[in-house]
Amino acid sequence: MKKNNNLKAWLYLLPAILFLGVFMVYPLIDVFFYSVEENYHSISQTYTGVGLGNFGHVLSDPYFIQALKNTLLLVVITVPISTGISLLIALGLSSITALKKAFQTIYFLPYVTNTLAVGLVFMILFARTEYTDGLINTLIQSLGFETVDFINGPYWAKMLVASLYTIWVVMPFKILILTSALASVNQDYYKAARVDGASSGRIFRKITLPMISPTVFYLIITGFIGAFKAYSDEVALFGVNLNEAGMNTIVGYVYDMLYSDKGGYPGYAAAAALVLFAIVFTITYINLKFSRDKVQYM
Amino acid sequence: MKVVLENLTMKFKSPHVKGEEVTAVDHLNFEIPDGKLICLLGPSGCGKSTTLNLISGLETPTEGKIWFGDQDVTRLPPEERGVGLVFQNYALYPHLTVEQNIIFPLQNLKGDRKMTKEAMHQKAVEAAKLVQIDGLMERKPKELSGGQQQRVAIARALVKIPRVLLLDEPLSNLDARLRLQTREELRRIQRETGVTTIFVTHDQEEAMSISDQIVVMKAGKLHQAGKPQDVYDDPVNLFVAQFLGTPQINVFEGKVEQEKLWIGEEAVLDVPGRKDRQVWVGIRPEGFIPGDDGPFTCRMDRIEMMGRDVSIISSHPKMTGRCIRSIVSSDDHLPVGQEQVRFRLKPHKVFLFDRESEERV
Repeated sequence: MKKNNNLKAWLYLLPAILFLGVFMVYPLIDVFFYSVEENYHSISQTYTGVGLGNFGHVLSDPYFIQALKNTLLLVVITVPISTGISLLIALGLSSITALKKAFQTIYFLPYVTNTLAVGLVFMILFARTEYTDGLINTLIQSLGFETVDFINGPYWAKMLVASLYTIWVVMPFKILILTSALASVNQDYYKAARVDGASSGRIFRKITLPMISPTVFYLIITGFIGAFKAYSDEVALFGVNLNEAGMNTIVGYVYDMLYSDKGGYPGYAAAAALVLFAIVFTITYINLKFSRDKVQYM
Repeated sequence: MKVVLENLTMKFKSPHVKGEEVTAVDHLNFEIPDGKLICLLGPSGCGKSTTLNLISGLETPTEGKIWFGDQDVTRLPPEERGVGLVFQNYALYPHLTVEQNIIFPLQNLKGDRKMTKEAMHQKAVEAAKLVQIDGLMERKPKELSGGQQQRVAIARALVKIPRVLLLDEPLSNLDARLRLQTREELRRIQRETGVTTIFVTHDQEEAMSISDQIVVMKAGKLHQAGKPQDVYDDPVNLFVAQFLGTPQINVFEGKVEQEKLWIGEEAVLDVPGRKDRQVWVGIRPEGFIPGDDGPFTCRMDRIEMMGRDVSIISSHPKMTGRCIRSIVSSDDHLPVGQEQVRFRLKPHKVFLFDRESEERV
């Protein structure tokens, strides 16, 4: 009977196992092989040797270094800011009663909006065309400052737009999750704290924050991972030739190495992907380690 | 600290019907003497918890006033009232240790009432000793049993020496044995500290056993207040009579005619001086004396032996409940194996209520 049941269980799992095996596990393993096969040639499917040459090439490629720098900057800027603002908005949302539903919907809209549509909106705000300098520049001008080319101009301006874009795109999900986390905190804790005379700042620091810390931590980890995987946002803003714009990301570099005009180097792509994996893995590991004493799992 | 409630009224917007108001507390008036333990007692939804929230300051009344001694605290926020509150689910902060939970209220003190770490620790230990949890100071709430959590909650409420201690159904999350033990404990702590204590419960036995005074509420209104035994012996209306006492009081349809009380075809008791009228007759289970010469005849169902006492379960066409439960001594003459049982009634255990108003007559 027991054995029979086991068999049935495996049978039910089979479609998922097959699917994951073919599309997840096999490619994952294959990436390791690609990354160590030096001078792989796609057409003849030959390579000259096994070693770390691909890694050496990637790590000394100025485009990769630029992509790495861009990605790290985006991570460092967008994750804390988006999480922080989301928390503020979620706190605001959970303390109002009138129009709560309306605001929740408005804040959630960017989540269901197509990336390229959001990109278009950012273009209207920031892009310089023959007819206009963009809405933001018009504003800057009316305040009496010098206009900036946000899309093709200095690096900091481009990074600013990219960061704003990422923050804007990731916030709805964070707000949604944080709002429900706040709502799930038992109101009696707040009542008890109020009777005990805790100020609202202290209630936030000593009660609200520890209570929702698992959620905040979850958002930080997924935020890190998501930001490290940034690519489509940059394409929406700066077009497909990210290297030329100086705004490439690691995932963009991987893509370029495979498919772009200069592509056709699966070895380099695999090596870059593994470097990204190593970074994400390390940071997640440190995060988990660090959180063990800081995060309250109830 | 004496607590006085004056015309206290609380209206809420109905969560179900738009524009409709629900009166949770309706012109409540009573006085809680200094240093006493009183119980707000009533079925769920009677407004007792709302009353407690109003006293704590978590909610502001629609109308009326609350006095702590000579001070009008109606508009004071909770932290300035000096109340300690124990919740039904304890509301211990799960991420803090027992000691951190207990000193939480002390850390909130401001100005010249601010305390040093050492002094706070001292106070926490004192409070913990009072409730006998001083060995558990480093534990987290989830590592404690329900009863221990309860004690931590009480210690936290007591640590800043509140003027009034408020307990909201503090025993209902405990199992039966622990509940009995904890209520003795509560009584002891209250005696030792002498703090005026208001206790909310729907369990009349709990209320009767530990309080100096009980306040019976229903639908936001005060029905009767007084010493537990007095309220039990002298209920003002049918609701109070039915709410107090286990087993419940037996209620019959009856009438008063020519200074006699009639239930069905039998005159069961002399009621000198009473006007003729239709009544509800309430008879406490201990108000029956079995005997073949008794004037009140019931159909015999069964006898339940419970050691010291014996319950006679019988029925009567005019009863309102499912059966008549009478508790008699095992020394009494028992109607074993009979079809019928006859009772004499103890006059002071029989209450008459007007059929319409259900007020005591």
